[in-house]
Amino acid sequence: MSKFKNKKGGDLPKISTASLPDIVFMLLFFFMVATVMRDSTLMIVNVLPAADQIQKLDKKDRVMYIYAGRPSSRYTDIYGTGARIQLNDKFATVEEVGAFVLAERAAKRQELQNVLTTSLKVDGQTKMGLVSDIKQELRKVQALKINYTTRLGDYTQNFN
Amino acid sequence: MAKRSAPEVNAGSMADIAFLLLIFFLVTTTIETDSGLNRKLPPIEDVVDPPIIKEKNFLPVVINKYNQLLVEEKIVELKDLRSVVIEFLDNGGGKGEDACDFCRGKRSPSSSDNPVKAIISLKNDRETAYKVYIAVQNELVAAYNELRNREFSRLYFNMQLNFIEAQKIYNDPRTSIDRKLDLKSKLSVVKEMFPMKLSEAEPSKKS
Repeated sequence: MSKFKNKKGGDLPKISTASLPDIVFMLLFFFMVATVMRDSTLMIVNVLPAADQIQKLDKKDRVMYIYAGRPSSRYTDIYGTGARIQLNDKFATVEEVGAFVLAERAAKRQELQNVLTTSLKVDGQTKMGLVSDIKQELRKVQALKINYTTRLGDYTQNFN
Repeated sequence: MAKRSAPEVNAGSMADIAFLLLIFFLVTTTIETDSGLNRKLPPIEDVVDPPIIKEKNFLPVVINKYNQLLVEEKIVELKDLRSVVIEFLDNGGGKGEDACDFCRGKRSPSSSDNPVKAIISLKNDRETAYKVYIAVQNELVAAYNELRNREFSRLYFNMQLNFIEAQKIYNDPRTSIDRKLDLKSKLSVVKEMFPMKLSEAEPSKKS
């Protein structure tokens, strides 16, 4: 009889998407918490060398970053393939490092100005000449605390 | 009049909004790799009279432009560097007031007197690759850490910690101030037993 009407043969039952926002929000919160905003776009190749005797860097507000490496592929036709220094968003010469450090230092709070660390994020392929030049500039402006920023790994990874 | 139920807000677009935010955060996310080898650069000052260092207390480490490692002018494989440095630091060949009572080395008279006196000089060429330099720095730090671990565990065996672990606890902001003071004194005792005396020469200009 028609009281128990057979529903078979109709359309497929719809899958409820009501919980989809919850799932997406969960992911969203995870990434919001885990995110650190990138404060400068890298214009260089920056594969850090590996080391395993490393120490954690200080809090973020006590660190300034100096990047170096060869320009990444989209910049090679303008800047060539020689290693360069990047400060904030643009390429810089060695002479500009000192001024950059002084400007960064002046922008920090008074009590932090003496405890600043300079993090050197230098590509593994870079020649030491450039790194030595940077170090020399840092010595001139009394920014003596440095950190060779590396990734965690065995040193043998540096040889392939 | 028939009772009307409140109209339900359509939540169908909620997922879209959330996706938009999610994609934004996905794109801006960088997993930070903020750790590395801490170093202190020497200040620029004119050394009036350089201190006299005995030749045996001095270990020259050179990385040449072919990325070869030379210790005391002999080629050394990087994997052997750690043991060479430990042997040099831990030699303890001094006598009298230079004697080292905790060293476990060979006490050879031609190697360092005391870890306090021992100086490692690192020199590199302008053409040396940065990653090789970092690997060498890493091994030098590893040698010091190994010796400091040994002495820390020996002196403070009831703490069940080694130097690195103690340092990690000391740098952790959650550690209480009392504990920090206690650790600080112990860490500095061990640091003074094996002070990191790493001298970096200006890179050789000629190529």
